[in-house]
Parts: sequence; structure tokens; C-alpha cells
Amino acid sequence: MDDLTKRGNHILSVRAGVALLVPAFVFIGLFLFFPFIWVFLISFTNRTLLGAAAQDPEFVGLGNYLRLFDFSRWMRSGEFGHSLYLTVIFVIGSLIGQVTLGLAIAFAFNRRRGKLREIIYTLVTLAWILPETAIGFTWTAFLDGRRGTLNAILGAFGIEGVEWLLEFPLLSITVFNIWRGTAFSMLLFSAALGNIRPSYLETADVAGAGPWQRFRDIMFPLISPQFVTALVLVTLWTFNVFTPFLLTGGGPAFGSDIIAIHTYRVAFQFFEFGRGSAIAVIVMTINLILAASYLFGLKRKEVAT
Amino acid sequence: MRKCVAVLSVLLLLAPVTALFAAGAGEAAEPEDARLNIIIRGVEDGVNHNMVVWILEDVIPAFEERMAEQGRDVRVGLIQFGGSDEALEQQYALDMSVGEGSDIMAFDGFWIPDFVEAGYIEPLDQIAGNAVWDWGGWDVIPEGLREIMGFDGEIYGLGSGTDVRKIYYRTDLFEEAGISLPWQPESWEDVLQTARELQRAGVPSPLQINAGTAMGEATTMQGYFMVLLGAGEHMYDFENNMWYGETQAIHDALEVYRQIYVEEELGNRSIQLAAAGRDQSFEAFREGEIAMLVEGDWFWRSVVAPGSEWEPAAGRDNVVDWAKMPAQQPGAGFNGQDFVSISGGTGFIINPNTSHPELAWELLAFMHDYDMQMAFQDIQPRITVREDIPVQGDPVMSSMAEELLQYSTVRPQLPEYAQISVAAQRMTERVVNEEMTPQEAMEAYAEDLDEIVGSDRVIRE
Repeated sequence: MDDLTKRGNHILSVRAGVALLVPAFVFIGLFLFFPFIWVFLISFTNRTLLGAAAQDPEFVGLGNYLRLFDFSRWMRSGEFGHSLYLTVIFVIGSLIGQVTLGLAIAFAFNRRRGKLREIIYTLVTLAWILPETAIGFTWTAFLDGRRGTLNAILGAFGIEGVEWLLEFPLLSITVFNIWRGTAFSMLLFSAALGNIRPSYLETADVAGAGPWQRFRDIMFPLISPQFVTALVLVTLWTFNVFTPFLLTGGGPAFGSDIIAIHTYRVAFQFFEFGRGSAIAVIVMTINLILAASYLFGLKRKEVAT
Repeated sequence: MRKCVAVLSVLLLLAPVTALFAAGAGEAAEPEDARLNIIIRGVEDGVNHNMVVWILEDVIPAFEERMAEQGRDVRVGLIQFGGSDEALEQQYALDMSVGEGSDIMAFDGFWIPDFVEAGYIEPLDQIAGNAVWDWGGWDVIPEGLREIMGFDGEIYGLGSGTDVRKIYYRTDLFEEAGISLPWQPESWEDVLQTARELQRAGVPSPLQINAGTAMGEATTMQGYFMVLLGAGEHMYDFENNMWYGETQAIHDALEVYRQIYVEEELGNRSIQLAAAGRDQSFEAFREGEIAMLVEGDWFWRSVVAPGSEWEPAAGRDNVVDWAKMPAQQPGAGFNGQDFVSISGGTGFIINPNTSHPELAWELLAFMHDYDMQMAFQDIQPRITVREDIPVQGDPVMSSMAEELLQYSTVRPQLPEYAQISVAAQRMTERVVNEEMTPQEAMEAYAEDLDEIVGSDRVIRE
């Protein structure tokens, strides 16, 4: 900015620039920074929504945090450790599913046109952009044990149905999340693959490379930046996703109590704002680490290129 | 140019603020004298349909007419809430914590202590003045039943009714299994034995006693309390103000849960774990998949009532009967009783945030006057808190009240109860789900109690 001003070829003055930025800063401060500080402060109190601690919350120091990391009850259902454990499985499962499937679709339709591609791309993208509540209801109807579509289809093949959301809650929400989010990886990878110069691949063909060698030695190294992007962003989103609540409500018996749902239940179902805030602070810290690693990765790439 | 930009950004910044003021100004200019809103958990043709009908067709027209006679233009609206009791409580808490909410709110009595301590609700006479004590209805509501909507010596609302709990059973399935009617078990073993016979006769889940967190308070009241009282103990020691944490009775109660859902699979455990489990249990009872279901009288009055969504095809009055819940052994129940029951209470409160406190009280009192309460009895007979209103028009409802009120006890009206109730639900869930043995689940529950009320108020035998 200063350099530009000195050279005199600026469009706006510094003052005008600052004036234009002020609204943004005010909004960020008001709606992001202030709530963050607020949540951080509440996490050191026993504040609740109901009961005496709603009116006169007391300062409890690190009490909420120590309680979260009380390892004697850490892995019991409905506790923080249990939730974290479920979240890790959910994130890894979703990540592998979304990235592999997205890459496979992008690869299969690379440099191809036609109806099939359009249909698949449209469907996958649709799954990504439809409203969550509508999707939640559809999936509940799909997986319902008694009258669900999936069991009806299985029944037509003589396979006995299962109470999916009760017997396999974590698997159900993982499959749901893969279905929901594959579009991102697919679009990202198909753009990346489309940008590879045809001459590279032609050269490889001339050199006698098979499809796998072509993928491993030419395509994958060229799309690896996008690969890292997908890994980090999908992890970040999946870590925070709340939509599975519409399918299972975190149950049965806390069987799908992933961290976003856990935070919600502690704060808004059991009305423990203090402990809920402590969980939120930990979740935010994990998010910051993930986001920082992503930004750090981007920086390094910029330097490299 | 620069100035323009600066002015523009300031305007942009202020736009939402000015919009706020504009909206506020608009609200102040209401045409009618006053508008009141009532909120209930109930939807036309859905849950609590009868109460919706009562308010829309009896209460509102009559009240508006009475106001018109006095020359006042008062409009009353009804907000129909279709979610669960737990969701409604959450909505109330969030609304009231920011000073909002409807003027008159349907309230479950056991929510009151928590809301009082949070400072969200106030005693009736503080909201509407001492005039509330001039109401004639007080003379026919016994002291004890005023407490349904009370806490710590103050009265926060008017109770509408109370209830009792028992075992509902399907007479058609009993006949098919060759069990003689009418059926009245004398011990837990009798109940289990009947369940086994029904199971052999092909009923998939003969006996359903609520467990788990998904059903919320329905687990504590219809499930855990009914079993625990049968084992001879309450959750709370009223004399010493302590909570039972690790006792033989709790262990026995959990052991019978394990027997029903794990060992013998007499009940359908997935219903107890599913998010919409309670509705599923109603449906399974309707479909004849459940033969015995422990429920409150709301189940009879509303859930399987003639014409309702869950009524069995052959009709409630033809295939549904009820039996008293027995103690573990005769005489081994709470207070040495042979049979047990527990009562809750519901009613309406006035939201202290109302802009028309006196008018809200007039409406609340009007709803609980003799005429309006009788109008509700015509739609749905129930146990009301008024002595001058009998349970009439439904002999089954009358006999349930007559036989069970003598055995019935109540929850402690304490602010810690709600949290402890959830801990108890979780304890039953851990047993039903096989996460823990009864012993381990009970120890974990006692630890929860330590955390909620302090270990000096937890009884360990």
C-alpha cells in the first residue's frame, strides 16, 4: 500500500481504503471476534440456561476443562473422549470415502463429454447443494428400518433389512456424509486433471506407459496440491458437520455423538453453557490448527512455484 | 469522491441499526386493545389434538366475547408446537432467557424450579398483583394440588390436571395366548411370566418399560420410577433431603431392565434407543407388536383415544385394558405397598415478559373456571385439580383415578431434579444397551449425583 501511494498510481487514498475496510472489520469484530471472546470467558464459569447458575454463574477456573479430560470417565457414552473417538472415525471414514470417490469420478470422466458425465456430475453436485433439512428427512426415510426405501430395495432381492440408524449409526452417518460431500473433491480434481497439458500424457503414451503408470507418475504429482487442499478442507468441514443430527440425533445411546452434536447437546439439550463453551473452545483450537496447517501448506507451495 | 465513500460506508454500517428502530416503531402501533398468545404442545389433528380444539373452539371465542361485552377489543392467538416436550422446554428456556415468549405457556410442573432459579418466571401475585387471590377457583383446588405449579412456597401458575401410571395391555393378544382376563399381576415375576407366555404365542415384544435418554422424562416417569418404586424405593429421600445413589433397590430395578431387554428379549430395545422411540412404541402397541406397555393416563386419553392416529384397528374400548403396576413382591413396594404409581402435573403459567399481565391473568383464570374446565371434560375426560369437577364420561378413566391415586407419589419439586432425571435415563440406557452391567451403571449414576448435588447428599448403602 505504502509503495503504491508513494508512486502515486493508486486508485484510492489510504483514508478511503481504511473507510472501506471499516465495515468489514466492525462486522468481523461484532460477529466473530466478540462471540469468540464471550464463549472463551463463559467456558471458565458454570453458567447454564436453566437453574440458579443461569442467573448467577460462578467462576470455576479450569473446572470445565479438567472435567472434559477426567480420564476415569473419559470413554463412557456421552462423554467428551467418547465423542472425540467417534469423530475421528467419522472424519477418517468420510475423508477416505469422499476423496477416493471424488478422484475416481473425476478420473473416469477426464477429457470425456457426453450424457453420462453430465448426469453423474449433476447428481453428485445436487447432493452437495440441496438444503440440509430436506436431505435429512430424505435420508431418514431412506434408512428407516421398518419402512425405509433401502430395506425395501434389499427386500426385493430377498435380503433381510436392518435398522441401519440403530444398528450402524456411525457407518450410516459416514456413508451419508460421503454422499453429501463427494462433489467438492470431484469438482476440484476434475478441474485439476483438465489443466494437465495433453502433451504430457501423449508423451507418456509414446513412451509406453500404462494407465496406472500414467496416473502415478504424471497425473497424481500434478494434482497433488489439490489433493492436499481436499484433505485439509474435507477434514475441517467434516469435523464441524452437524447435519447427521437430523438422521440420528446423536444416538442411539450416544452411538453417533460426533463432536458438533456433542457440543450442541451439552449446551442446548442439557443446558450446560459453561461446559459446552469449554468444548467449543477446544473444537475451535483444533480447527485453528487444521486451518493453519492448510494456510502454511499453501504458502509453501507459493514459495516453491 | 473520498467523502462520498466515507459517507457511504457509514450509512452502510448504520443501515441495520436504523432498520431495528423502524421495526420497533411499527410494533407499537397495534390496532386492537391487546393481543395475547397461548402456546401449547399440540397440533390440530396431531399430538394433543383435543387441547387445540378446546382452546380454539371454547376458550378463545368465549374469552373474546366476554372482553367485547366489557368493551375491550382483545384478540387471543394459539401457537401450536409440534415437537417433543423436551424441545418445547428448550424453546421456552431460550425465549425467556432473552425476555421473549408467549403470554400464557402450557407448562410441565417439574420444569418450574429450574425456571424459577434461572429467574425466568415469577409468582402469579407478583406478575398480576394480589387480585389473583380473589379468584373463586382457589376454594376448590386443594393445597397439595396447587403445588403442581409451585416451588418454595410460591405459586407460579394454575394446574390443569394430574395423572397416574399403570400397565396397558392388549386383551385380544392375551386371549390368543390363552391368558385369562381381566389380568392383574401381583408381582414382577407375574408380569415376566405373562410376557414369556405371550412371547411363546408369537408376540414379538410383549413387554415394554421405557428406558434410555431418547424418551426423556417419559423414561423416568413411565419406566425407571415405576420399577424403582416397585423395588421399594423413591429416587429421593424426602426426610433427609438426600438422593439414593447406590442401593439394592436401584440394583434390582436395573436387573429387571437387563432381564427384559438383554437376557430374555421380552421387550424391543431398539425402540428405547431410537430418536422417535416413543411414537414407535405407540405404533407397535397399535399394531399388536407390543402387548403390555407402561404409560400414563395421557396414553389412554389422547394416544389411543377413539379416532386418534394410534388407536388400534379394533378400537380402544374393545382391545385395550389396564392393570395396576405390581411391586416386586406383594408389600415390597414403596411405603410397603402392593402396587405403585407416580403422578405428574401440567398446567399453564403467565410469562413475566407479557405486556398485559392483568389481562393474561384474566385469561388464565378464565381457562380454569368451572365452565371451561367442564368444556374440556366433554372433549377429553381427565383428572383435574378442581374438586368440583369429577372425572366423568369415561368409566375407565374414572376407575384408574379411583384405584391408583391412593398408591401414587410425586417427583421432588427441586431444581436439581431435571439433571438427575437425565442421569437416571442414561443409567437405564447403559444397561439396556449392554454398555455396562447394572452394578457399573449404578456406580456411574452415583458419580453423576456426586457431581450434581455433592457427595454428602448421596446415599450409598
